[in-house]
Amino acid sequence: MSTTANHIDAGGHWHGAGHAEALTSGSEHGASKRVIVGYGFWIFLISDIIMFSAFFATYAVLTDSTAGGPSGRELFDTTTVAWETACLLSSTFFCGLAGLGAYRRKNALFYGAMAVTFLLGAAFLFLEIHEFAGMIAEGNGPSRSAFLSAFFALIGCHGLHVTAGLLWLLTMVAQVRAKGYRDDILRRILCFGLFWHTLDIIWVALFSLVYLVGVAR
Amino acid sequence: MSEAAQTERHDVAPGDEEEPRSLAKEVWLYLAGLVLSVLLTGISFFIARSTLVWEPSIPIALSVLALAQMGVHLVFFLHVTSGPDSINNVMALAFGLLIVMLLVFGSLWIMDHMNHNMMPMEKIMQMQR
Amino acid sequence: MWGKLSWSVIPFDQPIIMVASGTVAVVIVAILAWTVAKGHMPYIWREWLTSVDHKRIGVMYVLLAMVMLLRGFADALMMRAQQAVAFHSDGYLPPEHYNQIFTAHGTMMIFFVAMPFVIGLMNFVVPLQLGARDVAFPTLNSVGFWLTATGALLVNISLFIGEFARTGWLPYPPLSELAYSPGVGVDYYLWALQISGIGTLVSGINLVTTVLKVRAPGMTYLRMPMFCWTTLASNLLIVAAFPILTATFAMLLLDRYLGFHFFTNDGGGNVMMFMNLIWAWGHPEVYILVLPAFGIFSEVVSTFSRKPLFGYRSMVAATMAICLLSFMVWLHHFFTMGAGADVNAIFGIASMIIAVPTGVKVFNWLFTMYGGRVVFSTPILWSLGFMVTFVIGGMTGVLLAVPPADFVLHNSLFLVAHFHNVIIGGVLFGAFAGYEYWFPKAFGFRLHEGLGRAAFWFWIVGFYVAFMPLYVLGLMGMTRRMQHYDVPAWRPWLLIAAVGAVLIFIGILLQVVQLVVSVRRREALRDVTGDPWNGRSLEWSTASPPPLFNFAVLPNVEGEEAYWGVKRRALEQARLSEEPAYQEIEMPRNSPTGFVCAFFATWMGFALIWHIWWLVIAAFVGAYATFVVFAWRDHHEERIPAETVARLDRANREARGAALAARLEGA
Repeated sequence: MSTTANHIDAGGHWHGAGHAEALTSGSEHGASKRVIVGYGFWIFLISDIIMFSAFFATYAVLTDSTAGGPSGRELFDTTTVAWETACLLSSTFFCGLAGLGAYRRKNALFYGAMAVTFLLGAAFLFLEIHEFAGMIAEGNGPSRSAFLSAFFALIGCHGLHVTAGLLWLLTMVAQVRAKGYRDDILRRILCFGLFWHTLDIIWVALFSLVYLVGVAR
Repeated sequence: MSEAAQTERHDVAPGDEEEPRSLAKEVWLYLAGLVLSVLLTGISFFIARSTLVWEPSIPIALSVLALAQMGVHLVFFLHVTSGPDSINNVMALAFGLLIVMLLVFGSLWIMDHMNHNMMPMEKIMQMQR
Repeated sequence: MWGKLSWSVIPFDQPIIMVASGTVAVVIVAILAWTVAKGHMPYIWREWLTSVDHKRIGVMYVLLAMVMLLRGFADALMMRAQQAVAFHSDGYLPPEHYNQIFTAHGTMMIFFVAMPFVIGLMNFVVPLQLGARDVAFPTLNSVGFWLTATGALLVNISLFIGEFARTGWLPYPPLSELAYSPGVGVDYYLWALQISGIGTLVSGINLVTTVLKVRAPGMTYLRMPMFCWTTLASNLLIVAAFPILTATFAMLLLDRYLGFHFFTNDGGGNVMMFMNLIWAWGHPEVYILVLPAFGIFSEVVSTFSRKPLFGYRSMVAATMAICLLSFMVWLHHFFTMGAGADVNAIFGIASMIIAVPTGVKVFNWLFTMYGGRVVFSTPILWSLGFMVTFVIGGMTGVLLAVPPADFVLHNSLFLVAHFHNVIIGGVLFGAFAGYEYWFPKAFGFRLHEGLGRAAFWFWIVGFYVAFMPLYVLGLMGMTRRMQHYDVPAWRPWLLIAAVGAVLIFIGILLQVVQLVVSVRRREALRDVTGDPWNGRSLEWSTASPPPLFNFAVLPNVEGEEAYWGVKRRALEQARLSEEPAYQEIEMPRNSPTGFVCAFFATWMGFALIWHIWWLVIAAFVGAYATFVVFAWRDHHEERIPAETVARLDRANREARGAALAARLEGA
């Protein structure tokens, strides 16, 4: 079975297989497996964005329902958020590099960039957990008010996605180590990249519209 | 999107580059995306705390900056462009964004009215104090 | 160690439940025992439980739907009986029990009858109509089905371990919050639907990708059968709406489990936000259900009128318009909650506008039949029944879309009559039409026609007898979900409604008998060629049932109504098309991933409901491990040798050749 996927050879030349890998063999045309998998995952990401927007709409509606407790202005620490943003944004950059390394089968680039991506993502999580723990310790946990419930759920949902992403990252690295740059593994790396970049896109919305707007009001 | 019976499709998967580029060029593109994002992020953080910008406009300014940065991510990191082979990807995204807008702004509009008309007793009492 | 579980959660003191559960348990054990004793287990495991074939999965979805229809209908009979007798009396169902019954009825009918039915039909038919070998993600398809089955299982378990929710099929807070529903009922509901919701989302992603990316060469968008367009629209809605359901239920779960304040009365919670969010899902949901039904009618009406569908492009436009508009009307489900006249007016007008594209569709079906030579088969009977019934239901919908009218009729039996009118008349009749129409394709023999007609007549007459009185009752002021009443004027109407329910019951019995009789007489009802109805789309070009790979060679589509053109040419040239060059075909391998994952999901759901935390973690680890094991698989595909492909295809070609010859002779 032909396994030429889209890949770049050593000379930087593209070997496209836009249609060789349909669900079937032979000369049958159709979208390649990579396109099908990538698109399906893209649709999943769209659905995930919509799920986030439901949490976000709830947050927007409940922003003022502080039940006598503190609001964002009193609670949000923009320095922490700045560091979190720096970590996530740079991890997205390195994730992109990791993808490039995978498609060109450059081990050093792939493993190195994935490691940095993981560390930066973990740093993001660490800062966020620290932030949450601090708020809870002061009595400003999610059960304090509807505003805080919505805040913890929205930001927490993103954090859970990042956690899942880190688990997935480790799994992908293990897969490449075990099986090399096989076509199906490259497809999964494509999906992982999409996921990680999208998480950063969502974070852009979160830090701007939750933290910064909350502080500015 | 219609195509003649025998044309081979050259759809591109979201996240894939449409035409092949060298590694160096790709890295430069990612770097450019990173720099732009850092810039936009910096401006956002600055505006949020600044007195230079008229306060009521700050949320809108932050929204615009956020949208711009999301666009940067989409183009530079996700390679979602307006090329012909990317149409399905863009359409899916546009559909999602439409739903997001309907849900967020629809909910805000509806709930604003609801809260105004159906203000809970506790809030009325609060207002009276 | 066992959380909230104890022996006292089994309702030993409630005879109806104990008898019902006991009977079900005995039946299940008997079926399992018979299956194992006859040695069928390996076959069931290999060919069905671990199958990733869209055809098998589609059949299992429909089977699930039909079994749950019996379950949900039992609830309906109980409710009708209660309301028939509970005049100046408490009836035979105490309120705690009655409330669970109407909640379970709605939940099961929407989530475990209507959804699986349409999803099953879409799964079975769409790849065949597109000229594809399977959906885009076959193993994921299996996962989706089994997660849906998990949800159904959890709801059924609640009957005898614990209790079910008493909130109605949508768990409005504050009633659904911990303070007012401290038991496990609402938790059963929430976890069952969260798990099956993942299954539904998976299906949505799968079918959207399949329609957009996995079509036969030459099948452009405007050459797709209408059913594929409605599948696309419906699944786009699934992808867009189900995340909202997931998020909203997650918020309610956070309230119940971790003391959050999204929808509580205290802490700043906003109860109304729940209604807003849940209906932002809920309205698209009903279009998710009805759009595939519309697609089925397009197929059936066209085939049995022996004419191409009238106004194909306007149908496409209408479908996509409905898809879009369905996201702009959701407030009409809570006009009375207090948004005010401005907001109500906008959503009211939008709700009326959405009736227009539906009207376009109805006219197109009528124009398709006009000038055609209509064959009055059972599928067409269901379609005609739909057209009359759904139009009535749609009109009462437009009536309810007028906010001042809705203020009088909201939550009355008028509303109940309306939505049963459109769901039964639209979704269920469509599902039955599809079931009759595609049954021979799935199993190789037709369903008994006479029994099918009888079932139809009992269903449609029963429907009118059961639900038209509810319109009257709504106008007379009767509220929904009443456990007892004392207005004498209402009684006769409720008695008539009860009779209607019995008539529908007979209809269902006839459908069961039809299935049994058809299986026993399958040789007489055999579909030899694979094209029993003289169909127009590609699924009829395959054998009945189709081979695993659907098509020996993927068809090259050259026009609308892909198969009709092929048959036309065959008639003109008085021979079949050329025998293709057979090649080896690769198909995805079967996998236990879906079944095993759902196994762990069931335990995880059960553990979450009963607060057995160690089991939650263990089940989660199991589910994750299942995926990792699947991801580590090295051989994803099995090869079907060219000789096998050739043998299977030649057998079908022979049958078709004989049929063609007979036709030419008779002509």
